[in-house]
Amino acid sequence: MAKSRTLFEKIWDAHLVAQPGGRSPILYIDLHLVHEVTSPQAFDGLRAAGRKVRQPSRTVATVDHNIPTEPRGTPITDLIAAKQIAALQANCKEFGVRLFDMDSPDQGIVHVIGPELGLTQPGMTIVCGDSHTSTHGAFGSLAFGIGTSEVGHVLATQCLAQQTPKTMKIEVRRRFADGVTAKDLALGIIGQIGTDGAAGHVIEYAGEAVRGLSMEGRMTLCNMSIEAGARAGMVAPDEVTFAYVKGKRFAPRDGEWGKAVEYWRGLPSDEGAAFDKVVEIDAAQLSPFVTWGTNPGMVAPVTGRVPEVGNLKESDRRATELALQYMGLEPGKRIEDIGIDRVFIGSCTNSRLEDLRAAARVARGHQVSAKVRAMVVPGSQAVKRAAEQEGLHRIFLDAGFEWRESGCSMCLGMNPDILQPGERCASTSNRNFEGRQGRGGRTHLVSPMMAAAAAIAGHFTDIRDWKFQ
Amino acid sequence: MKPFRTHRGRVAPLDRVNIDTDQIIPKQFLKRIERTGFGQFLFYDWRFAADGKKSANFVLDEPRYEGASILVAGKNFGCGSSREHAVWALADFGFRAVISSSFADIFANNGTKNGFLTVRLSEDEAAELMRRAQEVNAYRLTIDLEQCEVRDDQGFEAKFPIDGFVRHCLLNGLDDIGLTLQHEAEIAAYEALHPPAAAR
Repeated sequence: MAKSRTLFEKIWDAHLVAQPGGRSPILYIDLHLVHEVTSPQAFDGLRAAGRKVRQPSRTVATVDHNIPTEPRGTPITDLIAAKQIAALQANCKEFGVRLFDMDSPDQGIVHVIGPELGLTQPGMTIVCGDSHTSTHGAFGSLAFGIGTSEVGHVLATQCLAQQTPKTMKIEVRRRFADGVTAKDLALGIIGQIGTDGAAGHVIEYAGEAVRGLSMEGRMTLCNMSIEAGARAGMVAPDEVTFAYVKGKRFAPRDGEWGKAVEYWRGLPSDEGAAFDKVVEIDAAQLSPFVTWGTNPGMVAPVTGRVPEVGNLKESDRRATELALQYMGLEPGKRIEDIGIDRVFIGSCTNSRLEDLRAAARVARGHQVSAKVRAMVVPGSQAVKRAAEQEGLHRIFLDAGFEWRESGCSMCLGMNPDILQPGERCASTSNRNFEGRQGRGGRTHLVSPMMAAAAAIAGHFTDIRDWKFQ
Repeated sequence: MKPFRTHRGRVAPLDRVNIDTDQIIPKQFLKRIERTGFGQFLFYDWRFAADGKKSANFVLDEPRYEGASILVAGKNFGCGSSREHAVWALADFGFRAVISSSFADIFANNGTKNGFLTVRLSEDEAAELMRRAQEVNAYRLTIDLEQCEVRDDQGFEAKFPIDGFVRHCLLNGLDDIGLTLQHEAEIAAYEALHPPAAAR
């Protein structure tokens, strides 16, 4: 009988092109997603070496990181950003790569449009010069972020030489309480295992709570894998996955569909397959979380407090003191007493239709606090259109939120959407690093519902007590 | 790629854990389309005040660490964004290697593609080097990739682990696109069995 294998091992084995003695295995890459920030130097490398893009049909580009979220057609005033966008346009034209450009109805954050166009499929190997490529693992694909040199490598060879990662299973037992979401699970996991807890590993998320997540929820969860240091995160494909993929523009069609599903059904980890590490989480014990520090592992339940520094061991104390100093928080402060100035609902973590629906449900019939500026940035043009068809934009606008064009926006603040020094933001994004959303800005990571509630209350508040209207 | 065999240089200590790539090179400097010129922006928000003036007390700007080419830092160095600009900035500033008890995977990978070494030591060893870099005047280390060893003039000696193939590429300054393309026949055979979907 064949050895029991994990989902990861099955995909890895199926993509091994060569295993040269004494070298890293060479892995075939099915889909390469490209954006404007991490690709120009890679295309330059191709030109300098006289190389071509080996498989233009497996390469797809969009602009997302530094584009403004003002109405499209507004001139880009940041000339260096405009130059970078122009470079991607020219590179895609020269090398024959499909580009979903600023004016495309399919433009959006690269990790939002891959799935919604059906480019992302179970069993694939997917890379992108972006650490949140782990998002695509939600479909039972092996998806990971790479640097610009590796972008060049994939463009030229459609392969990557990779050391074999270790495997980690995170078994999430039981179900979430109302008001607890995939984002809270992700934050809870990182809080438990730390920001380097999964370094060198590919995580497979399993268990009842994970099975119960929608594809959007699974994407949120896999997206944050990198924040635990993981190489990738994955969820085994099931009927929920197939129903999402079916009928999407680039999904297999007709006779191909049946064959694809048959293959995908064989991907989940075999009974008894061994993982290098196993972590157990009880979903029923999780609360809505709020980060209080400067990395995503510095997190507390909304009903909790900022830590007391005196209780910590020496090695953690200094990092905590530095974080609290940067965040302008006193030790022991109640999370619900932290007031905010800004709210950002968006990013590759939480900008999909389900996220916007959840936030709109909270916002309906309420008003954003007079001291808060709140913005909603849909993940893609398709998300924006769908939300507008449902009237979600009306709910947000009536409540006093800004409704903007799609892009990465204030998640990383490469475009004009940034925090001012000292401003405090409830954000549905993935990183609360110093200066991430703007120099001196203070970021607290939360779920879309928690962000919307904070916008209205003017401070963090437990969504489980919310008065929905 | 510039080969890395043995390097001896001055050591600068950066005593913080979880230093993410947003700190190493903030996003406002990622818009350049070249690989060069990032060193001036290294640790920008720590080195410079909001008005662009040099901040007092940032360790890399202390005269005794001027010209340092080896950085010692706390665990999980290079976490966060995949931006290779972080390696380009460190290298352009003059660093050839970082020593820590752990590194984020993508950062370490990016390093190897640029002849930039990430040296992983035990927590105790890294802490000892941090102490020596802070206390010993003009502290210097030798990083010997052939022996996979770090040593100083005061008797410190430690071995570090590194993947054999990565070491081979670094020692010889090999371009790994060229190495992969040595397998052209196998790639072509794989592609014949796995054609891309029809264009839509």
